[in-house]
Amino acid sequence: MIEISHVNKWYGPSFQVLKDCTTSVAKGEVVVVCGPSGSGKSTLIKCVNALEPFQEGQIILDGIKVNDPKTDLPKLRARVGMVFQHFELFPHLRIIENLCLAQEKVLGRSHDEAVAKGDKLLERVGLTVHANKYPAELSGGQQQRVAIARALAMDPIAMLFDEPTSALDPEMISEVLDVMVDLAHEGMTMMVVTHEMGFASKVAHRVIFMDKGEIVEDALKTDFFGSPRSERAQKFLSKILSH
Amino acid sequence: MFDNLDFDVIRRSLPYLFLDGMSFTLMLTGLSALGGLIFGTLIALMRLSGYRLLGRVAGLYVDFMRSLPLVLVIFWFYFLVPYIGQWLTGASRPIRVGAFTSSLVTFIMFEAAYFSEIMRAGIQSISKGQPAAASALGLTYSQSMRYIVLPQAFRNMLPVLLTQTIVLFQDTSLVYVLSIPDFLGAASKVAQRDGRLVEMYLFAAAVYFVISCVASYGVRRLQARIAIVR
Repeated sequence: MIEISHVNKWYGPSFQVLKDCTTSVAKGEVVVVCGPSGSGKSTLIKCVNALEPFQEGQIILDGIKVNDPKTDLPKLRARVGMVFQHFELFPHLRIIENLCLAQEKVLGRSHDEAVAKGDKLLERVGLTVHANKYPAELSGGQQQRVAIARALAMDPIAMLFDEPTSALDPEMISEVLDVMVDLAHEGMTMMVVTHEMGFASKVAHRVIFMDKGEIVEDALKTDFFGSPRSERAQKFLSKILSH
Repeated sequence: MFDNLDFDVIRRSLPYLFLDGMSFTLMLTGLSALGGLIFGTLIALMRLSGYRLLGRVAGLYVDFMRSLPLVLVIFWFYFLVPYIGQWLTGASRPIRVGAFTSSLVTFIMFEAAYFSEIMRAGIQSISKGQPAAASALGLTYSQSMRYIVLPQAFRNMLPVLLTQTIVLFQDTSLVYVLSIPDFLGAASKVAQRDGRLVEMYLFAAAVYFVISCVASYGVRRLQARIAIVR
């Protein structure tokens, strides 16, 4: 589904954020990307739907080359859902309008169709009563669940999560993770940048560990948590799991 | 000193002052603000487009307009446009441009420079995550601008845009140099016809003052409301 091969990316002439990154996500697979901050994991996931350009290597998404200038990027992005760290709901639109806008403008669905789909997804994330509110009236956890529903409204073939719980208060993290766990159990293809190792050990198939722009470890979940091969991953895990 | 003033002249000329003069002024202000906002937004988009040439052209335009006194632009435009029109269309005589059209085009072009800077600030005030989220949903650049970025930029900048419009409302009185009967022009005509300069200019000043003050107060209240919603 997602094939990342030998991706290199530089900011400016000398600072390399991604170093020869190669990995893949198969259909129905849940892959968690973790690593210390500044390791390039967010940048990598943003390269997948071309929100960030990269200079070398290639990414193929469902058979379509992302970094080909001839690729219709808006069309490609419409097929992959993305959830951001800071939710990025559209503050000037009501919740239901947030869910309908792209359905209508990008997929060409009728307003009624879009609203029906939006209602269904709001029900799924348990926010039906908030349909006519504005994003600012909702808590962080609720906003992030709306953001997930908004991405799902496009019937995506895969979902990208960029630190979806990092900006949330602790008591709101689980409500968002619950939605993500459900999605994973339904067989959604997911690439998730997160520090939530509980989520990783519950639903991930594979765990990728990044450090300083490199993919240091790319292992099955059991291997990763059982006996990470690299010293850097061991160090990271001991820090993150010790409390 | 006030003994030989005749304030009744104001009462007698009220219909002319407001029905002709003020309606011209308000129409010119409204249409100029609307046109200036549209063109200003386009200029702002050019400057932020990332295409260097477009950005340079827009930047030069803004700098040029902001470096000239408005009166001069009004003058030039009124007297030059007929000849430019003639030259462009190859007509045998200068194109006739009405006073209203000429001043409207002048104000739109002039205000576009100021409104573009306001809209540019407004667009830059939107966090990068917003267009990123729009892109991630498959919206194109123009859709993202139209549905996500510009509405928010406009809402955030509305108080500033309205304040600029109040300035514009006062500036429209400069068309007086073209002997156009806007509010000030009308007042001045009556003043000179009846020899009542002091009364008419005092009255005109009072009217501009009251309207601008009330409008500014309205903008402040609006600003407070927007601040809550955000």
